[in-house]
Amino acid sequence: MVKVTQRLGGLVLRFAAFCAALGAVIAMVTSRERSSFFVLSLVAKYSDLAAFKYFVIANVIVSVYSFLVLFLPKESLLWKFVVVLDLMVTMLLTSSLSAAVAVAQVGKRGNANAGWLPICGQVPRFCDQITGALIAGLVALILYVFLLIFSIHSVVDPFLLRKS
Amino acid sequence: MAVAKLVLAATSGKSSKILLGLRVLAFLATLSAAIVMGLNKETKTFVVGNVGNTPIKATFTAKFQHTPAFVYFVVANAMVSFHNLLMIALQLFGRKTELTGFRLLSIAILDMLNVTLLSAAANAAAFMAEVGKNGNKHARWDKICDRFATYCDHGAGALIAAFAGVVLMLIISAVSISRLVQPNKCSISTTAASTSVVP
Repeated sequence: MVKVTQRLGGLVLRFAAFCAALGAVIAMVTSRERSSFFVLSLVAKYSDLAAFKYFVIANVIVSVYSFLVLFLPKESLLWKFVVVLDLMVTMLLTSSLSAAVAVAQVGKRGNANAGWLPICGQVPRFCDQITGALIAGLVALILYVFLLIFSIHSVVDPFLLRKS
Repeated sequence: MAVAKLVLAATSGKSSKILLGLRVLAFLATLSAAIVMGLNKETKTFVVGNVGNTPIKATFTAKFQHTPAFVYFVVANAMVSFHNLLMIALQLFGRKTELTGFRLLSIAILDMLNVTLLSAAANAAAFMAEVGKNGNKHARWDKICDRFATYCDHGAGALIAAFAGVVLMLIISAVSISRLVQPNKCSISTTAASTSVVP
């Protein structure tokens, strides 16, 4: 009985992480805004910034991986491998999220010391959509941290956690 | 019985010596990254304009505190090197402490959290450095590396050390998890000896 609820909980967490990562990808890819700045016309797309491209690629990898692991059968020998892969995927998620947040923070506040002006004043809807994508990425990261602890608990013998 | 097996495996064996060596290397890498980035500062005087014949000079400083990503980089590297120092001290001076199952699990979890922290910090600093090096013509952000070359070089060195630290921490984390999952082969013979004593 305990095993069934354990497996169900793992599946629910992984499906939620898959949805969050997919939502982050979709929100960032569909963000595109055109604004005119005196005579110049500025088109803001996510691919202008390398950090946002890396964020999209990383979250695509994460959502494909989550989708594939959802269908892994219970008695497969690959579950030990899944622990290591979960760690690498968590690393991928956190690095892409922190890079995107670092660059988005410069876009929002600018950097007065380097002479970089903020761009969010001219393209507010683009900025809002990027913020939504970053929040979805954060949710996927938190779910994956829980999944990592969960995978280790499933693979390691449970009675090692009790002092017997 | 399995708890005794795991305690035997964790306190002796080749994996703890490998782990100690890796932890020393990771400690040195992250500490050097934190120190090099923390002392990163360059002051330069530029000619801003001309009033008649006399040039106007202005002094500009490039410090690591100007970029929040670099501040996070220094703090995260300091935290990870402190974690490694604690683990080295535990392994060298804590021979009497029994490494029960829960303690091994907490070491593994702490290693994993630190590897994610370090990878996030290194990556954020790398992307900010890329923007500083190449600029971004879509957002009209000028590059700063052509004017502050020493600042950029030191930052690049700190980044390389931090990425080396990430790879080392990843290996350390994998070794910690493997110590949790498989008991060592030498423990099987000791359990066989103990069962023969009890009638």
